[in-house]
Amino acid sequence: MSVKLMQGNDAIGWGAIAAGCRFYAGYPITPSTEVAEILSRELPKVGGKFIQMEDEIASMAAIIGARIGGLKSMTATSGPGFSLMQENIGYAAMTEIPCVVVDVQRLGPSTGQPTAASQGDVMQARWGTHGDHPIIALSPTSVRQAFDLTVKAFDLSEKYRTPVILLADEIVGHMREPVDLPDFKTIKIFEQNVTESPATYKAFRNTEDGVPPLAPFGVGYRYHITALFHDEVGFPTQRLDEVDPWVERVNSKLEKHLDDISLFEEDIQDGARVAFLSYGASARTARHAMKVARKQGTKVDLLTLFTIWPFPEDVVEALGDRVDRIIVPEMNLGQLAYEVERMVGRKKVRRVGRANGEMVTPQMVLDAMEA
Amino acid sequence: MTVIRSDDNLEAGIADRTEVRLAGEGGQGMILAGIILAEAATIYGGQNAVQSQSYGPEARGGASKSEVVISPGEIDHPEVLLPDVVVALSQEAFKKFGSSIKPGGLLIVDADKVDSASSPKAIRLPITKMAFETTGRIITANTVALGVLVGLTGVVTRTAIEKAIIARAPRGTEEMNHKALDAGFAAAEIVTKKLP
Repeated sequence: MSVKLMQGNDAIGWGAIAAGCRFYAGYPITPSTEVAEILSRELPKVGGKFIQMEDEIASMAAIIGARIGGLKSMTATSGPGFSLMQENIGYAAMTEIPCVVVDVQRLGPSTGQPTAASQGDVMQARWGTHGDHPIIALSPTSVRQAFDLTVKAFDLSEKYRTPVILLADEIVGHMREPVDLPDFKTIKIFEQNVTESPATYKAFRNTEDGVPPLAPFGVGYRYHITALFHDEVGFPTQRLDEVDPWVERVNSKLEKHLDDISLFEEDIQDGARVAFLSYGASARTARHAMKVARKQGTKVDLLTLFTIWPFPEDVVEALGDRVDRIIVPEMNLGQLAYEVERMVGRKKVRRVGRANGEMVTPQMVLDAMEA
Repeated sequence: MTVIRSDDNLEAGIADRTEVRLAGEGGQGMILAGIILAEAATIYGGQNAVQSQSYGPEARGGASKSEVVISPGEIDHPEVLLPDVVVALSQEAFKKFGSSIKPGGLLIVDADKVDSASSPKAIRLPITKMAFETTGRIITANTVALGVLVGLTGVVTRTAIEKAIIARAPRGTEEMNHKALDAGFAAAEIVTKKLP
């Protein structure tokens, strides 16, 4: 392909197409609308379906239904819509139906400011729906990465039969950068491979790796789907000898594959006593601040997280063992910093939070080294 | 997943970034002007650039700004920290986005829209009027502004901005856009001669 100046939200749309997404249902909302715009134009060209739904509750239901019908599916929204989607995100987690939910975060709570930036949905992405459940959330720092992580979101969603949240923010969603996208034919993602015969197939079998293969409806496999606790073929159960293995399997299936799921980048300077840790658009602020600090002669480590959930506990714990202070810039009042504190203790962590729609500045990060 | 050990290349994206802010009323096309400038820098200029924007919830009106950070290398923090250049086409946009500028930086305002008392150090040109007189359409003011900006700063080459504008111009408006751009460059030339 060739270099184009592309918006983050466009890159998300192209990432979905490249990953084989062929169904989109959504309700437009700033600052995510461009994702819907591009897919409404491009999906029909590749034989896909685009539906504008009546609201975000229905959008989420539609993409779950589409995936069980055999199509990879996605929706995109922002904070207020993400709140409405929570019930059905839990449904997807409970029934282990793959799907990708893009949340281009804007300033909240509530209607907040539609065009203002935020990273305020970090905790909602993890715990927005009720009950213990697994979830993956990926956060891009650039336009190119918005493409790459959308592809990755589909891959992980299929591989681990879980909803994946692409937790973008208004900055990355709306910024334009030069990108040269790869040939879509070179992109490979995990495909379900059901080897069992319909006679013995169990959609919720307790397999060793925790992820039973998923057969689509309508091709001869019979199973039941309910958001009630269910047995291996999907029928409701209250038997503890069926409920307990389910709870164990589903809530540990991501931990078993953390090496595959945890995406991050560490930029290490030997002897550094301070580290910056960030994600999304704020990670670029942290990187800018790192360069300034190093130029001034201060050794600094930089840890950029692309996978936020599951939280990379071991990586952050190891960082805490190396340095005296971890500075966490983010466009909220300390949501991811809370997780960092859980790993390394409050005394080592400095929150650099901003929840007024503006980016954290590099100077704010540098100031936190002194404070 | 990825571990890098580095001390090198600390200048990249810190010292060599040029920060441009384009501000106006919603509808004046300043966000598009930012996109075109970024395309001139990247696709037609071989540099790196990040374009971002900020606007209110309104579809039209209100003050909006478009920011372009240009650098030969990596750009980390994607927004303008302290602009090298600000162009303001309305009083409200000037008040909201034109107050801070790098020492030695350049402030360009529309002389008919931004009052002189509030911008004594600015380069004042009747950009909207020039657009109307040149093309008969005030909507070409953003193109005139790009001509003035590139003429005064050389932040991208004239060829690059020309190519970027023509690539974006709706069919049939290429000549009009060319004229508007040339008017901007001509005004910049006069200003440059007057500068000490």
